[in-house]
Amino acid sequence: MSDLTFGAAGAFTSEMSTTLPPFEEIVTTHGPTVLRVCRAVLGPMDADDAWSETFLAALRAYPTLRPGSNVGAWLVTIAHRKAIDQTRARARRPLPIDPLPERPAPSEEDRRDGHLWAAVQALPFKQRVAVAYHYVAGMPYADVAALIGGSQDAARRAAADGIAALRKTYGEGGPR
Amino acid sequence: MTTHEPREPEQSDLFVALSAIDEETTRRLHDRLVREAQTAGLLNVAYRTIDSPVGPLLLAATAKGLVRVAYGCEDHEKVLDRLARDLSPRILHAPARLDAAAKEIDEYFAGLRQGFDLPVDFSLARGFRRLVLTRLRAIAYGQTASYAAIAVAVGSPKAVRAVGTACATNPIPVVVPCHRVVRSDGSIGQYVGGVDAKKTLLTLEGRPAD
Repeated sequence: MSDLTFGAAGAFTSEMSTTLPPFEEIVTTHGPTVLRVCRAVLGPMDADDAWSETFLAALRAYPTLRPGSNVGAWLVTIAHRKAIDQTRARARRPLPIDPLPERPAPSEEDRRDGHLWAAVQALPFKQRVAVAYHYVAGMPYADVAALIGGSQDAARRAAADGIAALRKTYGEGGPR
Repeated sequence: MTTHEPREPEQSDLFVALSAIDEETTRRLHDRLVREAQTAGLLNVAYRTIDSPVGPLLLAATAKGLVRVAYGCEDHEKVLDRLARDLSPRILHAPARLDAAAKEIDEYFAGLRQGFDLPVDFSLARGFRRLVLTRLRAIAYGQTASYAAIAVAVGSPKAVRAVGTACATNPIPVVVPCHRVVRSDGSIGQYVGGVDAKKTLLTLEGRPAD
């Protein structure tokens, strides 16, 4: 992958350190992957809001984070709570809200990725989050299970079922 | 947290081709985070860098005011790490909060400004050092004072060496003019930004130093 995921060496592994780095570093290092996770779980339209809420909540709690913690997993945990909030809110609202007027037109890359995100959106919630946290964020199934509940095997099955469904609706291989 | 199982090779091909998050999106989300952090009172330290005749300068501010000016030789990354440790890790690149400081420092280097009207935050200096820094602000543009004279001025005539240390560890150089403190024999002495930077500042102020 072109960007680091939380499974890639260095980005996910805990570093022994005694102090927290400036939060700016956290945004730079983990921002892109968290945005992809938000897009996978909520779709591109709601992803920006979820990303913003996640990082604002993370900034608030940051000084209490233990140095050396797994920051990627911590951020996905916060994003997961925001995603549940947004999913509930979406279920309550009768009509889809119009896109924000200041939102720029999607780039060609975004449109291409959008097909994949649309396919992911069609998955049931459990499969969707299992796919997002394991395949997009690169989290091990043990961590995914801890986050979404259920056993590690259940998380693995949900992700596998999700991927199988994606292969049917989206096709074999990648978009290119 | 946990040990990591190896990733199964077949698993990510669907997501491999996802394009990188484009710069415009990254900037838009970052701007929004800065805005919302500021509104929520969570932007404890804002920073930016500016270019100057003495190299790139890092500027950092708390809600109280300018808290740090750092020369390139101090290693800006290390300076930010220390700010995270000493003040707060809630640090974001937020140039707008430093617009006024950047403007005044630009004007100073252009020879258009002789004093700074910026609120400063002396949180990074304590006790005697803070006392010395406060006294330094009274040395006018284009003037110099000796380390010994400053020691006398703060009421500790024997603390010449400690005055030197206070100047060498000045967290807000340029704006708090430790460059105007020289040796009693008239030679230039040391400087946090290097002796060349000190010469440049004194020359700018019309006090060419050897």
